[in-house]
Amino acid sequence: MYGTGIIKGLGITMKNLVIPSRQFNIHQYPNRKASPADLAKLEEKNTISFLFSNPIKSVKALVGLVTIEERLPQHARFRGEEFAWYDQRCTGCASCAKYCPLGIIKIVTDTSGANLQEGQSYDIETFDIDIGRCMFCGLCVEACPYDALHMGSGFEEGTYRRSELVIDVERLRKADKKPSTWFRPQLTDRGHDPIRGSQADWDEVGRHEKPTGDQQRDRWAKR
Amino acid sequence: MTGIRTEPITINLGPQHPSTHGVFRLRVTFDGEEIIDAEPVFGYLHRGTEKLAETRNYVQIVTLTDRMDYLASMSNNLAYVRTVEKLANIEVPERAQYIRVISAELQRIASHLMATGFLLNDLGALATPLVYCFRERERILDLFEMLCGARITLSYMRPGGVFQDAPEDFWPSLESLVGDLPHYLDELESLITSNEIVLARTKNVGLLTDEQAIDNSISGPNLRASGVKWDLRKADPYEIYDRVKFDVPIGAIGDTFDRYLVRILEMRESVKIIEQCLEQIAPGPIRANTPFFIRPPAGEAYSAVEGPKGELGFYMVSDGGVAPYRCKVRAPSFINITPLRDMLKGWKMGDLIIIFGSIDIVLGEVDR
Amino acid sequence: MNYLPGFIDFYTLYDFCLTLFQNFGFGDNAEWLSYLTAGVIISFIVINLMILSTAFYTWFERRVLGRFQVRRGPNRNGPFGIFQPFADVVKLIMKEDTIPTEADRPVFTLAPIALVAPTLLIMTVIPMGESSFLGSLNIGILFIVGVTSVNSIAIFMAGWGSRNKYAILGSMRGAAMLISYEIPMALGITSVLLMSGSLAMTSIVSSQDIWFIVVMPLGFFVFMAAATAEISRTPFDQIEAESELGSGYNTEFSGIKFAILFLAEFMAPIVTAAVVATLFLGGTKGFDPIPGQIWFVLKMFVVIFVLLWFRATWPRLRVDQIMGFAWKGLFGLGILNIFIVAIEIMIFRTEEGTVGTSNMLIMSAINWVIAVVTLLTLMRIYGQKKLERPIPVPSPLANMGVEAD
Repeated sequence: MYGTGIIKGLGITMKNLVIPSRQFNIHQYPNRKASPADLAKLEEKNTISFLFSNPIKSVKALVGLVTIEERLPQHARFRGEEFAWYDQRCTGCASCAKYCPLGIIKIVTDTSGANLQEGQSYDIETFDIDIGRCMFCGLCVEACPYDALHMGSGFEEGTYRRSELVIDVERLRKADKKPSTWFRPQLTDRGHDPIRGSQADWDEVGRHEKPTGDQQRDRWAKR
Repeated sequence: MTGIRTEPITINLGPQHPSTHGVFRLRVTFDGEEIIDAEPVFGYLHRGTEKLAETRNYVQIVTLTDRMDYLASMSNNLAYVRTVEKLANIEVPERAQYIRVISAELQRIASHLMATGFLLNDLGALATPLVYCFRERERILDLFEMLCGARITLSYMRPGGVFQDAPEDFWPSLESLVGDLPHYLDELESLITSNEIVLARTKNVGLLTDEQAIDNSISGPNLRASGVKWDLRKADPYEIYDRVKFDVPIGAIGDTFDRYLVRILEMRESVKIIEQCLEQIAPGPIRANTPFFIRPPAGEAYSAVEGPKGELGFYMVSDGGVAPYRCKVRAPSFINITPLRDMLKGWKMGDLIIIFGSIDIVLGEVDR
Repeated sequence: MNYLPGFIDFYTLYDFCLTLFQNFGFGDNAEWLSYLTAGVIISFIVINLMILSTAFYTWFERRVLGRFQVRRGPNRNGPFGIFQPFADVVKLIMKEDTIPTEADRPVFTLAPIALVAPTLLIMTVIPMGESSFLGSLNIGILFIVGVTSVNSIAIFMAGWGSRNKYAILGSMRGAAMLISYEIPMALGITSVLLMSGSLAMTSIVSSQDIWFIVVMPLGFFVFMAAATAEISRTPFDQIEAESELGSGYNTEFSGIKFAILFLAEFMAPIVTAAVVATLFLGGTKGFDPIPGQIWFVLKMFVVIFVLLWFRATWPRLRVDQIMGFAWKGLFGLGILNIFIVAIEIMIFRTEEGTVGTSNMLIMSAINWVIAVVTLLTLMRIYGQKKLERPIPVPSPLANMGVEAD
C-alpha cells in the first residue's frame, strides 16, 4: 500500500544499525581502539576474567584509550608497492624495463668487473623503479624470465618528496623480501604468504626447485 | 498589470559539482527552476587513451583500458582482449573464457551497485543506500583482489586468456558471495524500490522513448529500460554466453525508475549467470600460448561486449607491428549522454541531477 | 514534580540584582543596571549552553548517522571522538574568511548572525524546569512562531548577499518553503493551544496530563512534518540540497561565517526537539524519582534520534512536491485536526474550560481512529495509481533474433 514503503525503509536502516554483522567491514588504520573483549582475546582470556584481572586497562579500553594494530585482511596476491628484487637472480636483462608501459624502470649494468658475485661477469649498478609513477600493473614481474623481480605486499610508502619515491638498487637490496604471489604460482605452492609476514630468500622464489649439491655437480660435470 | 520581467539564468553545473560523477560540465539555462536548455561540455578528463595505445604493444594496452571506465575494468579488459584475439586469431581456452565471464559479470554487479547507490545519493538519500551498495561491492572487490591482486585497476585479462588461474580460496568465497547477493539485493530493493519518495521523484521523470533511444544509438541498461530487448550477450553471444540461461530484463516506459529497476534486475540475472558458470567450469589451461609481443597480421577488427554501461567496442587496425596502427573505442558512456538535452528539457533542477545520474556515465570513459 | 535546584530565570536574577544594587546605593540607576546585568548573564548562559550542546549534537549526529550508514563516524579525537566538534571549530576559525568581490558585503556579513539569533531566542522560552530562562513568558508559543519566521529572511540574505547562482536558487527555495511550512506549523500549534487554553509554555506543559502526541496524533504529524521542513532536514532539505546545489545558500561562506551558519543549522534540530518535547511529549513531565530536566533531555534525544533516522533513510523530495505536500496535504490535515479538536473540546470541556483526564482519553481514542482512517484513505486515493507499473512489452523496433528463455 502507498505509504508503507517509507516505513519499511526505516525498518531496514534500523536493522542495519543494530545488527553488528551488517556493519561495513572497516578496520581503522593504522591502529584501532580496542574494547576489553579484544584485549582479552589478545591475551587469550575470558572477557570477564580479564575485566577483573586488569581493571585499569579495561577502564582505559572502555574509554577508548587503548589501541591495537590491525590490518584489513589482504590476499597474498596483492600487488603492493615495495618490490621484492633479488640481486642474486637478476641478470640485468632489462626485460622488465622494456615491458613496463610507463618506462619507469632504469637498469644500468657495470661490465668493468668490480663488485662481481660468484658466477657473474657483470654487476648491476643501477636498478631504479620510480614508484611515484608506477601503476602496479605487474607487467615487469610477468616479463622477468628469472623470477628476480616480484611485486611487494606493502602499501605504506608515503613520503614527503617525490624523489624519495624512486627505489634505487641499494634500497631494493636492503628491503624486506616479502614477495607477492602475483604471477608466481610457485610461491603459493610452497605455502608462502607475505601477508602473514613470511619472507622468502632468493633461492626459494624460483620457478624450479633449487638443485641439490649432487645435481649441481652432475650438471657441471656434464659440461 | 504588466508582468514581472523575468530572465533565464544560466548555470555552469560542474566541472566541480558533487553530483556530476566526475568532471562533467553542463551549461544549463533555467527559467526559475525549470530547464529550458542544457549543453553538455566534456573533455576535462581527456588523456588521449586512443593515441597512447598506438605507442604501446598489445599487452600493455590492457593497462590503459583499466582506466577508461574505472568502475568496470574487467569489462573493458574483456572487450579489448577479445578484439586482439579476433585480430590475431587466437583461440582462448575454455576455462579462461569461464573465468572471464565470471569476472565480467561480477564487475557488472559492482558497476550497477555503484550506479544505484549514486542515483540514490543524487536523490538526496544522504549516502545511506550508497554505503550499503559499497558494502556489497567491497566483497566483489575482495574477490578481484584474490584474482589479480588489485581492486580497481585490475589488468587481469591478457590476449589469449587470463594471466593467472584463480587461487583455490577464490571459489568458496565466490560461492558464498553468490549465495548472499540475492539477499543483499532484496534488502536494497525493500529500502528503495517501494519507497514512495523515490517513486514520486523518479516515476515518469526523464522519459526516453524506444524510438529516441535507438535514434541516439543508446545501448545497455538505458536502452533496455526504454523497452528495447537488445543485449549483445544474447544477440551476438560471445565467450560462453550461449551456454548459460538468463533473461534480458526490460523496462516499461523508459523513465528514471525503469533505468534503476533494470539495473537491479540485471544484477539478479548476473548472479544466475555466475551460478551456472560455477557449475559448468572445468579444469584446464587458462591462457593460450601467446608471446608477449603479439604481432597480428595486418588488418582490422571490431569486437564489442555488453559492458555494464552498454555496448563497449574496440576497433583496432594492425599494420603487422607490435603496436596497433589505430585503436578506436566505442565508449557507451559517451554515446549514452547524446540524448541528455532532450531528456532534460522541461524538467526541474532536482530532476536534472537524477536523470543525469540514472544514465550512469563514467567520465573516464566519456573523455578517454 | 521534582526539579533540580538552582534553575536560573531572568526575573529571579533581575530581582536579586535589583536588591543588590539598591543595597549598594545605586538608587535610580539600580533598575536599568540590574536589567543589564541579568540580561548579560542570561545571554551568556544561553549562548554557551547552546553552543556546547550543538557541539555535542554534531558529534551525536555524525556518530548516529555513521552507525545507520554501517560505518563508524568520528572516533579519533578523545574517547569515542567526542572532541571532534572542537577540532572542527578550530579548523573553521583558522580558515581564511573570504568574501566574494561582487557580494553585498553588509548583507553577506549579517546573514549568519541573523540566522543564529532567532534560534538562540527560541531557547529562552523553552521551560526546562519550573520556568524558562525568560521566566514563564505568557506568550511563549507566539514568541516562537514569530521568531522562527526571521529564518527565511536570514537565509534569503545569505543567498542574495553572496551573489552566487546556486546560493540564490537555494535561498529562493528556502524562502518559498519556509513561508509555506509556517502555516501547517501554526495549525499544528493551534490545536495544542486549543487543548491547553494558554499561550504560555509552562501551562502547555502542565496541561498535558496525557501527552498531546497521544491526544492529537494528526496534529503531531502535521507539526512534526512542518518542523522538519522548517529546519530543512531530509526529506525537505531543499535549501541546502547538497547533490543539486552544491551547498545551497551557504555556498560562498567560509571560515568563521560558515562556522556560525553551521552552528545555526545544527542548533535548529535541538531547538525543534525542545519545542516538540514541550508541545507534544509532555515537556518536563515524567516519573518522580528522576528530575524533570532529565526527562526533558531524554525526550529531546528521542526526537533528535527520530529526525536522524529520517535523515538516514529517506531521499529528498523535489521542490514542487514539497510545496504540494505543504499546501495540499499538511494544510488540509491541519485544518481537519483543528476542527475535530475544537468540536471535541466543545463537547468535553468542564466549566473551567479545561478537559479532564478521562475525557482526554476518550478524545485520544476518537482522534487516533480519525487519524488512521484519514491517512489510510489519503494513501489509497492518492497512492494506488502511482504504485502501478505497466507490464514491460518489448519494443517492436529491435529484434534480437533469439527467443529469450
